Amino acid sequence: RSLGPENLLLKGATLKNTKKIYGVAVYTGMETKMALNYQGKSQKRSAVEKSINAFLIVYLCILLSKATVCTTLKYVWQSNPFNDEPWYNEKTKKERETFKVLRMFTDFLSFMVLFNFIIPVSMYVTVEMQKFLGSFFISWDKEMYDEEIKEGALVNTSDLNEELGQVEYVFTDKTGTLTENSMEFIECCIDGHKYKDCISEVDGFSQTDGPLKYYGKAEKSREELFLRALCLCHTVQIKEGDQVDGLIGHTERKYTYISSSPDEIALVKGAEKYGFTFLGLENDFMKIQNQKNETEMYQLLHVLNFDPVRRRMSVIVRTTMGKLLLFCKGADSSIFPRVQQEEIQQTKIHVDRNAMDGYRTLCVAFKELTQKEYDKIDRQLNEAKMALQDREEKMAKVFEDTEADMHLIGATAVEDRLQEQSAETIEALHAAGMKVWVLTGDKMETAKSTCYACRLFQTSTELLELTAKVVGESERKEDRLHELLMEYHKKLIQDVPKNRGGLKRSWTLSQEYGLIIDGATLSLILNSSQDSSSSNYKNIFLQICLKCTAVLCCRMAPLQKAQIVRMVKNTKGSPITLSIGDGANDVSMILEAHVGIGIKGKEGRQASRNSDYAVPKFKHLRKLLLAHGHLYYVRIAHLVQYFFYKNLCFILPQFLYQFFCGFSQQPLYDAAYLTMYNICFTSLPILAYSLLEQHISIDTLTSDPQLYMKVSDNAMLQWRPFLYWTFLGAFEGLVFFFGVYFLFQNSSLEDNGKVFGNWTFGTIVFTVLVFTVTLKLALDTRFWTWMNHFVIWGSLAFYVFFSFFWGGVIWQVSFLFSVVLLPFLKQQRMYFVFAHMLTSVSTWLAIILLIFISLFPEILLIVLKNIKEKNHQVRNKMV
Amino acid sequence: MAVNYSAKEEADGHPSGGVGVPGGAAVGGGSGGAGKTRKPDNTAFKQQRLPAWQPILTAGTVLPAFFIIGLIFIPIGIGIFVTSNNIREYEIDYTGTDPSSPCFKCLNVSWDSIPPCTCTINFTLEHSFESNVFMYYGLSNFYQNHRRYVKSRDDSQLNGDNSSLLNPSKECEPYRTNEDKPIAPCGAIANSMFNDTLELYRIDNDTRIPITLIKKGIAWWTDKNVKFRNPTGDGNNLTALFQGTTKPVNWPKPVYMLDSEPDNNGFINEDFIVWMRTAALPTFRKLYRLIERKDNMQPTLQAGKYSLDIAYNYPVHSFDGRKRMILSTISWMGGKNPFLGIAYITVGSICFFLGVVLLIIHHKYGNRNTSADIPN
Repeated sequence: RSLGPENLLLKGATLKNTKKIYGVAVYTGMETKMALNYQGKSQKRSAVEKSINAFLIVYLCILLSKATVCTTLKYVWQSNPFNDEPWYNEKTKKERETFKVLRMFTDFLSFMVLFNFIIPVSMYVTVEMQKFLGSFFISWDKEMYDEEIKEGALVNTSDLNEELGQVEYVFTDKTGTLTENSMEFIECCIDGHKYKDCISEVDGFSQTDGPLKYYGKAEKSREELFLRALCLCHTVQIKEGDQVDGLIGHTERKYTYISSSPDEIALVKGAEKYGFTFLGLENDFMKIQNQKNETEMYQLLHVLNFDPVRRRMSVIVRTTMGKLLLFCKGADSSIFPRVQQEEIQQTKIHVDRNAMDGYRTLCVAFKELTQKEYDKIDRQLNEAKMALQDREEKMAKVFEDTEADMHLIGATAVEDRLQEQSAETIEALHAAGMKVWVLTGDKMETAKSTCYACRLFQTSTELLELTAKVVGESERKEDRLHELLMEYHKKLIQDVPKNRGGLKRSWTLSQEYGLIIDGATLSLILNSSQDSSSSNYKNIFLQICLKCTAVLCCRMAPLQKAQIVRMVKNTKGSPITLSIGDGANDVSMILEAHVGIGIKGKEGRQASRNSDYAVPKFKHLRKLLLAHGHLYYVRIAHLVQYFFYKNLCFILPQFLYQFFCGFSQQPLYDAAYLTMYNICFTSLPILAYSLLEQHISIDTLTSDPQLYMKVSDNAMLQWRPFLYWTFLGAFEGLVFFFGVYFLFQNSSLEDNGKVFGNWTFGTIVFTVLVFTVTLKLALDTRFWTWMNHFVIWGSLAFYVFFSFFWGGVIWQVSFLFSVVLLPFLKQQRMYFVFAHMLTSVSTWLAIILLIFISLFPEILLIVLKNIKEKNHQVRNKMV
Repeated sequence: MAVNYSAKEEADGHPSGGVGVPGGAAVGGGSGGAGKTRKPDNTAFKQQRLPAWQPILTAGTVLPAFFIIGLIFIPIGIGIFVTSNNIREYEIDYTGTDPSSPCFKCLNVSWDSIPPCTCTINFTLEHSFESNVFMYYGLSNFYQNHRRYVKSRDDSQLNGDNSSLLNPSKECEPYRTNEDKPIAPCGAIANSMFNDTLELYRIDNDTRIPITLIKKGIAWWTDKNVKFRNPTGDGNNLTALFQGTTKPVNWPKPVYMLDSEPDNNGFINEDFIVWMRTAALPTFRKLYRLIERKDNMQPTLQAGKYSLDIAYNYPVHSFDGRKRMILSTISWMGGKNPFLGIAYITVGSICFFLGVVLLIIHHKYGNRNTSADIPN
């Protein structure tokens, strides 16, 4: 006997009917499919993090330039000897003896330390906390809980929450993702007569002889022949066992069907519904229970296996009567040429209609063989199987010869049901400006019909095909492909400038294009000839792809899926990509995309384990992206900007103060304030904001996908908003400092003529600062839950309380913990500073005024925006 | 501010009474049966459906606020401005950089010149000072806020800690010890204490009538009574208590001889305490003396001629500094400072003005809004 692919035992195969087998291990280690399709899991970083890094560099530059300016000015200022060391403020001996260069260096470093708060180190902590805590909301969401599998969404990484709000390309698997991956026998037609089960539930047993709805009727013998064909022409195995389960529920059914293809199971189950039950294979005999509950035996002689090129399979069986029969089932395109032409017509109508409905159709044909014919076939087959060279070709030749001149009996329609709401979800994603690409291993026709069914392609969509069928098989296929590419390119890109100047979503108005490409053609484009033009064609292809609203890639190998994702990911502007899939074959694409989403589907857990987020159903993508993603993005973007802002206006007064204290690195604020500012006084309000804020309610976000475009392209972290926040921070810093500076032109601010010192100066600035940044956040908060109230007002109250406490106690060195904080506590410089500050009416008035001035531009801007928006609405209304 | 208060509808099965309890025990549904289902809790917090107040700032709500703020700020500003203007303030620069100045001779005075260089400056008050008058000294270009200077003190020594008295903090360097004896009070701030003596006379028909200058009550109460304390020990003899310490280098006398009165001597000397509160800016003033109004019939300082006697000890010329003597009355808002009043008036006016402008815009648009509705 020869060994062929059919002898290969794949991973997960179960041994049955025998105790042991002898085997040779092939394709091990790095040659396994898993290893070949594996890609190193790289660290995924979100676009927000990249923006943060860019901003950090800016702030680092600000920090460095501040330190440099101060150091330079310090030495300019000190060039006057009476400035450097006046009699009242002499240096120590050590200070005097250090080298000037060293002194300058330490001065520079001191300034760096003094201004280092401008780099918001605490932001990282807060961002991490926000991401970690925020991701709970995804897994807590009961709308993403699936009753069937009793699971909700799963968050494997908390780093990419905000990326969900930035997705531009969605790459989705088809089977199991868009569809449920549970095949169901829908209808069949026998000799042009349609048979449809009126009850669509898969519940074969109660229906054994149940009323079937017949639309006209074919001959009884034809019916039986068709059903026998369904029962025989397959490679389904029966798995007995599960006895324990059987006792509980299915007392009748002690077996389950196993097959490499869910379609075959659906067909066998379908036949069962009509009364023909496949009972299993015993010693090369296939047992069938017919409608009269009699058992029929067929000797299985040959299986002409399914392969994707022939797209059909056949079996040759011998009946107990000794008749030799060949049953063949396969795609219509491969069956029709091999049957009597006059039989086709009636069946074709059904097949076409079924295909339009998105069903997977198969045609069934048979032929009777004489013993002589069979002997010839048998001999040829064995010869081919034994051939050492070109075995596949020889086999194919024999198959080709054998499966000819058949009689068409009928056709079946199997539905891979779409997941609920997957069409609506895709529509919503489209409306949200995302482009949806379907990457599937399925064949084109099926995939196409599914795409129509889930409204990826509209009826108005013009389809561009780049498939093996269009390109042809000839030697010139590359040239032909290039011709096609150029043609499409012309159509899409060169003709488009007519409606240039349109908005981003202008494509919704103009003609939509959809592209279909298959794996073979793709590899032809991506790694075709070595000449220089190939990269050019790749480019053209990419441009075409990006112009299309929907792209369908069929017959993809797992690595090709990842290849496509990478190709799009690396285009100009590096759009954010999202991959969603359920099976092991989607893992590489899930890992490749910016955001990988796994469906907790039937094909194991590999996808969800490798994904960043796992959801039970495709429809959950809608809420995940439109609501959660949008909110997370807005929250974190605001958080980032706010942190930079609040640290800028925190440090700017301290920088300005250097100009008035002889560039001596004198801190403006007390050390306690410096350390507590980011940790205690201003951290919780922004954290609460970044967890709870809903500037637009979740329901609105989910129902209006257009809102998603408002934050696309990282809109809130572009340079413009960043500059706005930076200017705001700088403005406020200036207001704080110079406001108090002018107030301190006369430092006797109490009604008893006593004067305030430098710590009071700093404390006033700090008080204004804490209140302003907190109130600024309050202005930005659109969603005040009790928690926001609590942390915002609580923080301010805590600041006041802490200041009283900090200034109200003489910190004795003998305090237990003072050992650690010794230098910190030894000085009583804050003693009653805060309380004294508050006894002065002028200070109160100044604080209120400065807070108001600082917030004024913000309020004004909000109002102007509001007016503009209303104006816009009115204008729209008029139009 | 327009306010939309929307308590979002609670999800079914969740009574609205449990509003806002995060992570509470309220598990919704109840259909699950088995308690181990991984079904997420149906709490308002977990479903992000906490009731929330959703304020919206619209032109319609902010405009009245602008008007109101303008209407509040402008009177306040005027009030402050008037108050500030009513404060009498008189300032004399007695540095003596100008050769014509009587203090020119003392310009390059050194710390320990005995007897001290004295000079007298005559001046005339055009207006009388009605209420209590506060006498300040002011210094310019004096960096009391220099870091090396600010930290050069030992607060526990000043608080009367005996161990710190004999072993001052290292922060005081290079004013920590002198001739191997600890300095009390140590540090640059104490060492450079202002030591000019100012005396004020009213000249009435060529007779000099001395004006009583009160030297108590010029420091913060908390400083005088809590933060600054003389070292404790047997008896009240400050000389004994400061045994083992030496005076700051620049001081002519040790700290226990600053004043004759025991409750104004040593670390609790008010001039000393005032000096120890470091100023915020290089140009500053510090309270020196109080002149209390004697009786209600006469102003504290009536208009007329005065003379200021200065014992010129404090050298400022070496660092290009200036010295001033300031006489000022005080209002409820402190000393004279026009800034606050002007700022309030300006901000109030801007608010009011913007309110008007926005109102016009708003109104215009509002009209358009209604006219736009008609064709529809």
